[in-house]
Amino acid sequence: MNARRWNPLQFVLNNSTLILFALVFIGFSLSSPRFFTVENVINFVKQASFTGIIAVGMTFVLLTAGIDLSVGSNMYLSAVVSGLLMRTMGLEVLPALLVALATGTLFGAINAFFIVNLRIIPFMVTLSTLVIGRGIGTALTESQQIDLPQRMATFGQGQLAGIPMPILLFALVVLVAYFILTRTPFGRQVYAVGNDVEAAKKAGINTDRVIFMVYLVSGFCAALAGFVLASQVIRVDRSFAEGREFDAIAASVLGGTSLFGGVGNVYGAMVGAVLIQMVQTGLQFNQVNLYLQPMVRAFIIFITVFFDSLRETTQARLKRRFIRPVENREASTPART
Amino acid sequence: MSAILDIQSITKTFFGVPAVKEVSLRVAAGQIVGLIGQNGAGKSTLMNLIGGVVQADSGAMLFQGRPYAPRNPAEAYRAGIAFIHQELNLFTNLSIAENIFIDAFPARRLGPLRLVDRADVSRQTKALLAQVGLDLSPSLTIDRISPGERQLVEIARALHMDASLIILDEPTTSLTARETEKLFAIMRQLQAQGKALIYISHILNDVLALADSIAILRDGRLVTQEPASAFDVSRMIALMVGRSIDSLYPPRTAAPAATPLLEVQGLSAKGIVENIQFTLRQGEVLGLFGLMGSGRTELARMLFGMDSFEQGSIVIKGQRLTRHSPRESIRRHIAFVTENRREEGLLMNINIADNIALVALPEFARTTLQVLDQGRMMSAARSAAGVLQLKSGDITQQPARSLSGGNQQKVVIARWLLAEPSIFIMDEPTRGIDVGAKYEIYSIIDALAAQGSAILFISSELEELTGMCDRILVMSRGEIYGEFARSNFHAENILRAAFREEGVKPA
Repeated sequence: MNARRWNPLQFVLNNSTLILFALVFIGFSLSSPRFFTVENVINFVKQASFTGIIAVGMTFVLLTAGIDLSVGSNMYLSAVVSGLLMRTMGLEVLPALLVALATGTLFGAINAFFIVNLRIIPFMVTLSTLVIGRGIGTALTESQQIDLPQRMATFGQGQLAGIPMPILLFALVVLVAYFILTRTPFGRQVYAVGNDVEAAKKAGINTDRVIFMVYLVSGFCAALAGFVLASQVIRVDRSFAEGREFDAIAASVLGGTSLFGGVGNVYGAMVGAVLIQMVQTGLQFNQVNLYLQPMVRAFIIFITVFFDSLRETTQARLKRRFIRPVENREASTPART
Repeated sequence: MSAILDIQSITKTFFGVPAVKEVSLRVAAGQIVGLIGQNGAGKSTLMNLIGGVVQADSGAMLFQGRPYAPRNPAEAYRAGIAFIHQELNLFTNLSIAENIFIDAFPARRLGPLRLVDRADVSRQTKALLAQVGLDLSPSLTIDRISPGERQLVEIARALHMDASLIILDEPTTSLTARETEKLFAIMRQLQAQGKALIYISHILNDVLALADSIAILRDGRLVTQEPASAFDVSRMIALMVGRSIDSLYPPRTAAPAATPLLEVQGLSAKGIVENIQFTLRQGEVLGLFGLMGSGRTELARMLFGMDSFEQGSIVIKGQRLTRHSPRESIRRHIAFVTENRREEGLLMNINIADNIALVALPEFARTTLQVLDQGRMMSAARSAAGVLQLKSGDITQQPARSLSGGNQQKVVIARWLLAEPSIFIMDEPTRGIDVGAKYEIYSIIDALAAQGSAILFISSELEELTGMCDRILVMSRGEIYGEFARSNFHAENILRAAFREEGVKPA
């Protein structure tokens, strides 16, 4: 049943990220011998952790065909709030983490309120909170840098069974998110809403609740990512996590999440985040001009988004509504699995 | 037999035009009610009232003996009414099982998470699929199964929610003969289990064979509801057509010339249209009639270069088109007046003059710096508005939104006039506009033809085609299924062709 011809173009389109990942990895390993070492691999996975965590949250939002541009500012604001409390009240690491998560989730709730209850488009809401969030953070710190206490550094450099703390948290987030998206009613409804929000309403899904929740998830993940980043750089300055929304969206889309909603998974977001960091590290190893590096990264992202759009048009063609019976099953069978 | 659904004198009006007027209808348990009527007779509105998509202005409904007034589709769904639309409401990115259980998964707790009980879902889905005769894996995603199988999955979902009334709107249009047979068998089985079904179809023989009682709508009113045994196909068609009024159409002032302007040769696109062949001559008004979903609009879009096709060619004034795009079509002086003014045709918040100038913008920027020649543009827009007798205030100030439907349509036509087209494709140009405005649009069509333009007039209102056209082509299931010359216009015969009745020679 459903026997299909193997179509090389479709295969490449559907596995573009993994193919790109392998090509980039092999390329850098050949061009720079120091690149292909366990130490270096652990290093760039560690550096990819916080991007990966935001990308996971972003994936929830993108799956509903929404967007959250405010994650960078959310990382900053929640790190500022928890950092200030650590400095002024001597808060321990764990309570500080909880404070950060609460701040980030509240941030997400504010986004969700404007999007769901006031029906303002996600792009405008989160673009506004991007500016406002950083503004509040700058006001709270009077634009000063916050140096975090030593215990934060200890937390950031901590290990469990030889695995660095950031990677551990990253893996945990991916795992939990994976279960939520694939195994819980909420997760499946996220996909349904992204596929067809009208049909979701007709099927009796509380679409408002689902959309509200994804922005909470994104806010929560942003705060966690901010905390992980803060524990690695041990300070929170004005430009902390600035522009990270771009990496998060890129990682998610690189991982096969469609900006049109309904398609994607956290596993892809994870691969995407590591890929972005790997390119960054590889470029440094090969001593590519510092000013050219952002362009190379942007180019790779562009290529992937281009693939996404290619996939989308192929899909649209295959999903055309038929008004005559088509005996040949293949014609009505789109390629994505 | 007691009625499971009892509709009592229900009325629904859209912008002052009644779509459903004082309709009363009864559906009993264990019964299939066939609902038929021409396009625009009110079938969809009536079903949308039952399905909670729209709300009635007056009248009442009783469902299972209790007052029933759903405010949204979800309420209708929960009450036990399943609505299977022509376009399916399945999530193509989810599995069959997930589609069936999406609103209420059986779940068990794992710490803070509620996990879907996948074994249970899979087991229940298998049982439901067996009931509709599908042998598919519950984990197969919807985009990998055929249209017919999707339809059956929708029915399985209706069974899962224990619907007592299932509405099927044109369910067989995209099904193969075998799939259709299977669907009918399952419908009869559901009927035997005591479910009520409403079956809407343009395939009258199917309706005759399946239904216990048949209800016929015309112009928003119920003509009759009688046992199926009281009907044959010709009586059904006669009741659907009713009587028409003359003098709604202006006299045609000129006869078509022999010069072909547009020749369509063997146009095919798999699953959409098949071997479309016709010639449109100078000064001719050629009608294209077909029921909803017969492929009229799809064909129009292909002719204008908006959608692609696989085989065949389009010849314009003797020259074969090699590139197909709306830009190229405009360059070749083809105009496309769309069915959907609000969504496709007009920029509603922009003023009338700019709307009119839109298509011909490049014409007005023929200066060295490509700057628009505002003065020339405005005077051209004014003269086009004048020719069409547009009723409006200052056309540079008034937004298109504020015009009546008929005048909006004139703006769309005026816009094309500026590009000086010789071929007009008009898709439902009079939809949703009042009788007086319709007459004016017809007059414009006649004047355009008299000036030597050719018009492909697409409509689902047969009367206006017989009133205006020199020739009528009938489309059915993506094919040209009949051709009628003006001397031979006979509403029943044309409808028969559209319904693919026997005795009409296919073109």
